[in-house]
Amino acid sequence: MRTLINVPKTANKGEIVEIRAMIAHPMETGYRTGENGVPIPRRIIHRFTCSFAGREIFAADLFPAMSANPFLAFTTIATQSGSFTFTWTDEDGTTQSAAAEITVT
Amino acid sequence: MRGRPWALLLLAAVLAAAAAAADIPEADRRSGYELMSPELRAMQDDELSNPGMFSVLDGERLWQEPGGAAGTACAGCHGDAEESMRGVAARYPAFDAALGRPIDLAGRISQCRTERQEAEPLPRESEALLALSAFVAHQSRGLPIDPPDDPRLQPFRARGAELYQTPIGQLDLACASCHDDNWGRRLGGSTIPQAHPTGYPLYRLEWQALGSLQRRLRNCMIGVRATPFDFGAPELIELELHLMARAAGMAMETPAIRP
Repeated sequence: MRTLINVPKTANKGEIVEIRAMIAHPMETGYRTGENGVPIPRRIIHRFTCSFAGREIFAADLFPAMSANPFLAFTTIATQSGSFTFTWTDEDGTTQSAAAEITVT
Repeated sequence: MRGRPWALLLLAAVLAAAAAAADIPEADRRSGYELMSPELRAMQDDELSNPGMFSVLDGERLWQEPGGAAGTACAGCHGDAEESMRGVAARYPAFDAALGRPIDLAGRISQCRTERQEAEPLPRESEALLALSAFVAHQSRGLPIDPPDDPRLQPFRARGAELYQTPIGQLDLACASCHDDNWGRRLGGSTIPQAHPTGYPLYRLEWQALGSLQRRLRNCMIGVRATPFDFGAPELIELELHLMARAAGMAMETPAIRP
């Protein structure tokens, strides 16, 4: 599993912080053919969620029109120190997750 | 009848323009980076937004992984890539005395793998070879391209320069027709760059993947409806030699982003 997460290490209480999350994923539509015309099976992430201290703070639905290695950026308000959990769910139910810490002063 | 002298004049003008095709003066050289939108430049600069970094990270893992019958990893001989591989990619292609011809970075990695690690060769454009090439080239990021002045490379480099100027394909275009004479203008919706290989292997949005310089060269050849050279063909390495000499002194950007 390969993800690149950008969360500021520290933030002031009440500050708006930007979070960026990218995952290595082909986002294969299922409409393309590979070598010798063999169809490449569909593989799509359809749900992304980010939670902080166990509470969901951001979620997105993804679709086949999105490019490979989907990159999502969003903002939240830093309230307390803790850990963000990022989860990507494929249509076949497999999930991948990553975490990042933030220290709020 | 009256049209003919004009046609001849026009032809003469076209030929003169073709003959006038000169190298880009050093002050006008631009990396494809400078012709990109600010958003794409930001994507390339930030290592946490650059999808090419996935391959670099993969390469870092492969560097440490023992392989083949010899059971050694790249790191087993070369140690810390940050030191041992610094600036290496900026000097390739290099002359290989045993082969008697130049070899590119991917070729060298593959050669090391079969000869030293005694492992299966990595096919061109395979994820593993791209990842290792990207990881090694990433160690030169920011360093100037520094083609070796090995006299044995000279005939190959000259052949590359000749290929660069030779019209090919049904469209009868040479590399120079676009990349020297018309850079900065538009071909369809895209800006024509100067063809400096500063950031390979690079992540091309059109590919939605990382790819090698050879893949890019083959793309252009297909674009002018020529039969592309095979991956690993000596001609592609000769072209790379010429392109690297042309870009001497420009900063390495691996893994670059290109539209």
